[in-house]
Amino acid sequence: MKASAAGYARAENLRHAIEMLVASEGEGRVLAGGQSLVAAMNMRLSAGDLLVDISRLNELSGVSQEGDTVRIGALTRHAQVGADPIVRARVPLLAAAVAHIAHAAIRNRGTIGGALAHADPAAEFPACALALGAEIHVEGPEGDRSIPAEDFFEDVFTTALEEDEILTALSVPAAETGEVQLIEEVARRSGDYALAGLCLVRRAKGHRVALFSVGPKPILATGAMTALDAGDVDGAVAALTSEIDPPSDTQASAAYRRHLAGVLLRRAVARLEGDRT
Amino acid sequence: MTIQFNDPDRPNSYIGKTVPRPNATKLVQGRGRYVDDIALPRMLHVAFARSPVAHAKIGEIDLDEAKAVKGVLRVFTGKDLAEVCTPWVAVLAHLKGLKSPPEHPLAVDRACWVGEPVVAVVATTRAAAEEAASLVMVDYEDLPAVTDTMTALDKDTPVIHPELGDNLAFRRLHEEGDVEGAMAQAHKVVSARFRTARHTGVTLEPRSILVDWNPAEGQMTAYHATQAPHMMQTVFAKHLDIPESRVRVICGDVGGSYGIKVHVYPDEVATAAIAKMMGRPIKFIADRLESYSTDIHARDHEIEAKIAVDKDGKILAIDVDDWTGIGPYSVYPRTSAIEGNQVVNLCGGPYDFANYRAQTTVVFQNKTPTCQYRAVGHPIAVAITEGLVDMAAAELGMDPVEIRRRNMYADDAYPVTSPAKMRFEGLSHHASMDKLIGMMDYDALRADQEDARKRGKYRGIGIASFIELTNPSPFMYGIGGARISAQDGCTVRMDPDGSVVALSGVTEQGQGTEAMLSQIVAEGVGVNPSQVRIVTGDTQVTPYGGGTWASRGAGIGGEAALQAARALRDSILEVAGAMLQADASTLDIRSGQVVDGDSGEERMPLEELGRIVYFRGDTLPKDLPRELVQTRHFITMEYPFAFTNGVQASYLEVDTDTGVVTLLNHWCVEDCGRVINPQLVDEQIRGGIVQGLGGALYEEIHYDAYGQLLNGSMADYLVPMAAEMPDMQIGHVETPTGESELGAKGAGEAGTAGAPAAVMNAINDALRPLGAQVTEMPFTPERILRALGKIED
Repeated sequence: MKASAAGYARAENLRHAIEMLVASEGEGRVLAGGQSLVAAMNMRLSAGDLLVDISRLNELSGVSQEGDTVRIGALTRHAQVGADPIVRARVPLLAAAVAHIAHAAIRNRGTIGGALAHADPAAEFPACALALGAEIHVEGPEGDRSIPAEDFFEDVFTTALEEDEILTALSVPAAETGEVQLIEEVARRSGDYALAGLCLVRRAKGHRVALFSVGPKPILATGAMTALDAGDVDGAVAALTSEIDPPSDTQASAAYRRHLAGVLLRRAVARLEGDRT
Repeated sequence: MTIQFNDPDRPNSYIGKTVPRPNATKLVQGRGRYVDDIALPRMLHVAFARSPVAHAKIGEIDLDEAKAVKGVLRVFTGKDLAEVCTPWVAVLAHLKGLKSPPEHPLAVDRACWVGEPVVAVVATTRAAAEEAASLVMVDYEDLPAVTDTMTALDKDTPVIHPELGDNLAFRRLHEEGDVEGAMAQAHKVVSARFRTARHTGVTLEPRSILVDWNPAEGQMTAYHATQAPHMMQTVFAKHLDIPESRVRVICGDVGGSYGIKVHVYPDEVATAAIAKMMGRPIKFIADRLESYSTDIHARDHEIEAKIAVDKDGKILAIDVDDWTGIGPYSVYPRTSAIEGNQVVNLCGGPYDFANYRAQTTVVFQNKTPTCQYRAVGHPIAVAITEGLVDMAAAELGMDPVEIRRRNMYADDAYPVTSPAKMRFEGLSHHASMDKLIGMMDYDALRADQEDARKRGKYRGIGIASFIELTNPSPFMYGIGGARISAQDGCTVRMDPDGSVVALSGVTEQGQGTEAMLSQIVAEGVGVNPSQVRIVTGDTQVTPYGGGTWASRGAGIGGEAALQAARALRDSILEVAGAMLQADASTLDIRSGQVVDGDSGEERMPLEELGRIVYFRGDTLPKDLPRELVQTRHFITMEYPFAFTNGVQASYLEVDTDTGVVTLLNHWCVEDCGRVINPQLVDEQIRGGIVQGLGGALYEEIHYDAYGQLLNGSMADYLVPMAAEMPDMQIGHVETPTGESELGAKGAGEAGTAGAPAAVMNAINDALRPLGAQVTEMPFTPERILRALGKIED
């Protein structure tokens, strides 16, 4: 199908982009890497949009470390996230996640900010942000604010972002010594969205478990986290399978996804144990 | 003089060698010419408003908003097109009892599947046509949808076409011997229920057509991505009331067909009808989304089957009850009964046994029509047969290779007629199996499997023998009354510069037909392949032929090319003999030179002969024939089909926690008779295997109970992709057919025919120690875990 856009404008700077969003009165769509938005437009799932292209705002791209916090600009592309030395050393979960995201061509164009703002419940980065306890930074006409990942993802493709706000960066605590970050997923084919996926972070103050592709948004499995903190893996699997309510679709049933979540948790824990020895 | 194919050092020895594809450079440089690359003056685009529901009466149609879109010129309904285009009925006389209602290019009174074209919008751009199509308002009055195959004939199921009486399109029962008696006395009887999922072909280039009607000449020219230009010429002529001679179908580069592009599609006929009505060129390029709901589907079968064996593993009987749902119409003109018919013809194919019963039941339903797709019926028949044979071997505690060796036709048994009444000229099941076992190092693989199991890994080996139907005679379609040609022709001529042009009725779909033809013609005439230009795909230019389907290009089109090339060689040598005052029989043509046949001494380059013939013909004897152009046609006469055979093996690992299958290795040995270009044949086999692996592990079109298509996009209809594909090792045994000098049979279906069964048997081999078995394709992680009893709902 042929895409139908009502308009296109390239933003000169962040302020300009926000002004255009405000002026569009809710019809504006932020275009960054275009890997989800353009596909949706080409399927006419999204039509009549006013595209606000922020892809040339260099100030929104790149990785930096300030003290114990790693800040990743929204326009940092998946491939750059995966290759960045700071990310690889201090946020290894994100680097590992990149290998699971789609295909090389998509990783070269797609941006981490776009993935978070799009909030696809089957995507890796939103679950990673949740597992890491990231802060999402956004800017709007009234200025900037930060939203904890726990509060950012609300529903399928729905976040705490206002219509005229732009996601500018996320910041995550740099991994402490001894911290372990793991991602496990099962997909039908390399590069497909996961049938179910799981991120596991073990820090001094406890475990964090986030799942994707098992509900309308990434899920923080607090019951499983508590059980893991107590060293009870069976209890964690039991808690996990009861605290998710996965969807059924043509690829897999809810029952299969629930089973898979338990398998992934056991595998992630086995890798933790492997790291310990 | 016959060609000494077994002598690789013979002159001009191009047949049997890997020769570079002459059109490959063009295609990889993006210099091909596909239909969508063609733009004609005054050209318009058509897009279709399609039925969003599976079954509905078409009420009021409101076109006002659509017509108001900028760029829209005309909008057509089914009633509009019915005035210029007659409907078609896809039945064939030899498929007794097959019935189907008349089908129109646009639905007239009722829409019968999601995706059926209802309104056509013509505009200056595709975007405007699409925009307007989305604004067409049709009042659909819902009718009950028939979606389940097995209950389609039940009394309380609505009848889709009341005038036909019931939902039965076709049924055929074949019985040979005494199945009941053999079952009653057998040592073991094993039964199983199989299911193959609905697939579609997913060609890289979607269906494409551009039709130009020139009222001044009274001529229609259709630029069409098709496998059968001459067949389409007949279809357009017949249904649009144009003399056949005034329809020209031109088929340039085609981006893959797999059987998808050999059928008549309502939207394509509508495009031609609109071109005639508007007197302007009209282009229709299907997009990927409409391809899923309108390209033919295939393989949607449910089967109950039984095998009876004695204590030594000899097959005593096979009994097959096959059901398939084909959508609301049989597809024109090849019909949708062929796939079920093939299941009946092909089950038990490799094996020498006496008692056989098979029935296929073909029913109507409100889904996209199904029809012939690569390896028609083969993957289903092979899955049934090879699944049953493996299950019988397991019951007997016999090795799966051994039970096959005990039952396959002996390599010296031919000619022979199978219990399905298929006639085999010459096959090589045992030689092929021996070669396969050697290639895969079967015993070492069994040892590896056992070693892996000790480490808690479940690996399996699956074997699948098969037969493949190629080189069809008129027994496939012609005897049923369809104007689908089983013969094919080739014209070969020499131009003044000594180069050769060959015009062939078979077509290039991207698989290398033109490479195959160029090396045959090069060897047949005696020139380098680079001196041969091939022309295909133009009904006004090439000899009349059937095109490309059922693996007939090399076996039939190739033989016609060889005979024409040999005839041209004789014509050239007759002229050369007169010029050189030598007996033509002492001369030969090698690498573009006329030479002395014994010594190889060069006597005259072909370009010198061309110069004399075309510019100084006055110097030649008056009565010397000097036509440096020859045409030959070829048709098979002795056998209805040239059967080939082969055997595949799969080695894989099943993750019993997630149900994920990892393909570790794959082998295929097949016998397509004379191999003309080893690389092209190997790649045909590999491509076919990949499509078969797709059927085994990934591909499945889902509908809900209301006939809604649930996964019509590349995101959720999973095709096999490179990362998951195993190494594929290909070997050959060559048993040439005696029907032609070339001896070539087809190779296009072999890979697809055997791969799904090999994978199924390998998975079940891996799961057997756990007491689990899968028979419903594709073997998704979930189906495997359910078979293992690991999922609780």
